[in-house]
Order: sequence, then structure tokens, then C-alpha cells
Amino acid sequence: MRDLTADTMGTLEARGLLIGHNGSTLLDVPRLLLDGPGPTLILGPNGAGKSLLLRCLHGLIVPEAGRVLQDGHNLGPIQKARQAMVFQRPVLLRRTVTANLDFVLRRRRLNRPARRVRIEELLHEGGLAAKARQSARSLSGGEAQRLAILRALATEPEVLFLDEPTSALDPAATQAIEKMILRASSRGVRIVMVTHDIGQARRLAADVVMMQGGHVVEHGPADEVLQNPRSEAARRYLAGGLLI
Amino acid sequence: MQNFASEISAALLLILKGDAELWAIVLLSLRVSLLAVLISAMIGMPLGAALAVGRFRGRRAVIVLLNALMGLPPVVVGLLVYLMLSRSGPLGVLQLLYTPTAMIIAQVVLVTPIVAALTRQVVEMLAEEYSEQLRSLGVSCLASVPVLLWDARLALVTALLAGFGRAIAEVGAVIIVGGNINHVTRVMTTTIALETSKGNLALALALGAILIGIAVAVNALVSLLSLRAEQEGLSHA
Repeated sequence: MRDLTADTMGTLEARGLLIGHNGSTLLDVPRLLLDGPGPTLILGPNGAGKSLLLRCLHGLIVPEAGRVLQDGHNLGPIQKARQAMVFQRPVLLRRTVTANLDFVLRRRRLNRPARRVRIEELLHEGGLAAKARQSARSLSGGEAQRLAILRALATEPEVLFLDEPTSALDPAATQAIEKMILRASSRGVRIVMVTHDIGQARRLAADVVMMQGGHVVEHGPADEVLQNPRSEAARRYLAGGLLI
Repeated sequence: MQNFASEISAALLLILKGDAELWAIVLLSLRVSLLAVLISAMIGMPLGAALAVGRFRGRRAVIVLLNALMGLPPVVVGLLVYLMLSRSGPLGVLQLLYTPTAMIIAQVVLVTPIVAALTRQVVEMLAEEYSEQLRSLGVSCLASVPVLLWDARLALVTALLAGFGRAIAEVGAVIIVGGNINHVTRVMTTTIALETSKGNLALALALGAILIGIAVAVNALVSLLSLRAEQEGLSHA
């Protein structure tokens, strides 16, 4: 298992990303550089382009123009293999909890004893050891999302994207997931997470990306953006105003 | 009415005492239909899965055609297979006409579209759900096929049982290519047709009861598996 300090986190950069549809701009990001330590949280109203940006950074959507660089290299198969993503609604294989983790470990060509050891570590980390043999589909929402995060971490990613992973969860389940995210971040995994929850951004973020209408309206250290937002859009959003 | 009652009791007796001729017919029927379903599964499942995840020109037309083939008239299939296997046909040299193999071929033609079309539906639905996650995990389109087939296994067994139901109850095609030859190609459905026309209702009723029993068992199994597939969040319905 990688055990990196925050100092060794790689960089992630978007240059000239552009996506449109029927004449309207869905995403227009001239430049966004994520190179600081700690989690990056992307905030903004619905339709701001947060999830679209996340999918572009992960290579799930190819933009009409622009490119994504990871550690200075264009996003290709090697870079994508060093990334993982957790979706808003966890997509779990119709198998047991263990088999979901085993699926990615097999793809990494780990032998059986190594897989068994890693699965035990992961289950312990996610507090799912008692559910190991249970069908993944029978897990509660919080447990399912924890398993989805564990499965993503099983790929040993350098960058972990999370698209509103706690949006449908209660405070206790949210807290468990936030702890997992912070642990992963402290091990050197670059966290890029979309959220609507300003409180969550205050709890987790080292830096915040504020989006509206497909544009990054503000990006900076969390304290600066959350305490003294420079843009009108960020000020209104953080004050609880309705950004439409 | 008395005759009818005596025929039913004779039919029950045939079943209970294990009449050799009756059970030979039942076993041949099961052998032919199970082999046909097995072959159809080997062809239809990869075909259906490929259609579900593949994107190519004319895909929609292929799907429409496949769905239409689910309703193939058995006698037409029987006629076409007959023409292929008859002495002057392209496969006449194989001398398969009026053999159980010919009946298996006819049933494969009937069942494969059912298996392929249902597989396509089930796998496509699952692929929609899994697509981004599998791509995120670096699973290619081709490599996703076995993952999807395995995860859709409950619903796919339902598709196979539906195919088996069609095969075991089929009469038109197998009577044309099998010829309903005693101890060679006589299966339950063709025997029922023949024995009824001869007035031997006891054997026809006994086979009919077994056929209904098989149909009920298959449908019960389909219902059970559909229920489990629904609980797993996946059904072809």
C-alpha cells in the first residue's frame, strides 16, 4: 500500500477545457491547477458543471477542446489507471462485499494470499468486516458508499474523485465517509470532491473550487474562499443565496 | 364420460408404473430440448451481450430483426431446416434429416433469438448502470462482457428457462425435421398429436400431464428467479 505524505501529491491540471451543447456552454475552464496538499472541494449550484469537470478530469468525458494533465503528462491510460472515482450513487457489482473488492485486486494481478490480506485491511478500514460475505446490494446507503470508496482505494489511486458521495446520507454515515476521505488524503491520495454541503467543505477542504454556469469563478485556499470570497457568485452561494 | 375417466386412470397408471415407452419419449424430449438450449446459450448469450455493449452501424436494425425472430413460426423453421437437411439441400450430405440432431438444429433456430434478445435487454440495462464505473476501473468494452454476463446471471437463467419452455413445447418444427419416428425421433409433443389422432388417449394424456408438469415447474422457476433478479435490482421485464 502506498504511504505518501501530502508533500508528494502529484499535480492535476485542466487547460482550456470546453464542452457545449446546442450553442450553450456547459463547461469552460481556461486553466485550473490542483497542486496543493489536502482535499480539493468543488462547490456550486446544480448545473454549475461540477460533475462535468470531475468526469473530464477523470477522462470519462472527452472535452471538445482542451486537455487534462496529471503530473505534467496528458491524461492517457497510464494516468487514468492512477485515478479512481466514486459516484453519487454507488455502483456495486451484484456480488458479495468481498467479491467487489476482489474484482479490482484481481485486475491488479495480485495473487490470492495478497488479495486476501488486502481485502481484510480494506474491510477493517471501512468497518465492513462483519459484512464481508453479505451481498453488496443489501448494504445500507452509507455502507454501500463506504464499500465504493474502499473499492476505489483498492486500486491504489494517486487521485480519487468523489462526486457528492454523501449527498443522500445521514450525519453519522457522512462522518464515517469523511474520516475515510481524510485518511486517504493523509496517505497522499489527491482528493477532488464535488459537494453542495458548505459545512462539509469547511470540514474537509484544503482548497475550494467555486463554480457557476460552467465556469470556475473562484479557486483558492479553503479559508480564503470560504471566509472572504472575492466573487459575487461565491459570496451569494456561501451566504445561502439562491444561485440560478 | 366413463371412457374419459378410464383413460385418465390409465394415463396415471402409465406414469406411476414407469412405463418404459412413455419415459423413453420423455427422456428424448428432455435431451433434445436441453441440448438445444445449451447450444442456443452458447450462441445467443455472447451475441446478445455484444449487441448490448457494442456500438456499430445498423445495430438498431439488428435488434429489431432479433426481436422479430423471437416470434418465428415453428412450421416455417421446420420447413427451412428440412430444406437445408434434405438430400438435395446444402447440408443433405450430412444425412441428419429424421434424426434427433435435426430436431436439435430446428430448436436451436427457434430458441437462439429468444436467448439473444432477452440477453441483450438484460445486459444493456445493466451496462447502462455499470458503464461509467467499469470505465473508471479501466475495464474495456470487451472485458466488460463477462462481468455483465456474470452479474446478470439470475436474469439470464430466466432467459434460458424461457427458451427451454419454447423448445420443450414445440411441435411444428420437430415433426417436420424429425418425422416422428417411433423410438428414434418421437418426442412428447409429436407423440401426443399422433396418439390422439389414433385414439390412444391414455398415452397422450400421460405425456400431456408430464409436459404440463414440466411447463409449470419451469414457470415456477422463472418466477422465482425473476423475483430474485428484481430483488437484486435487475429484471428483463
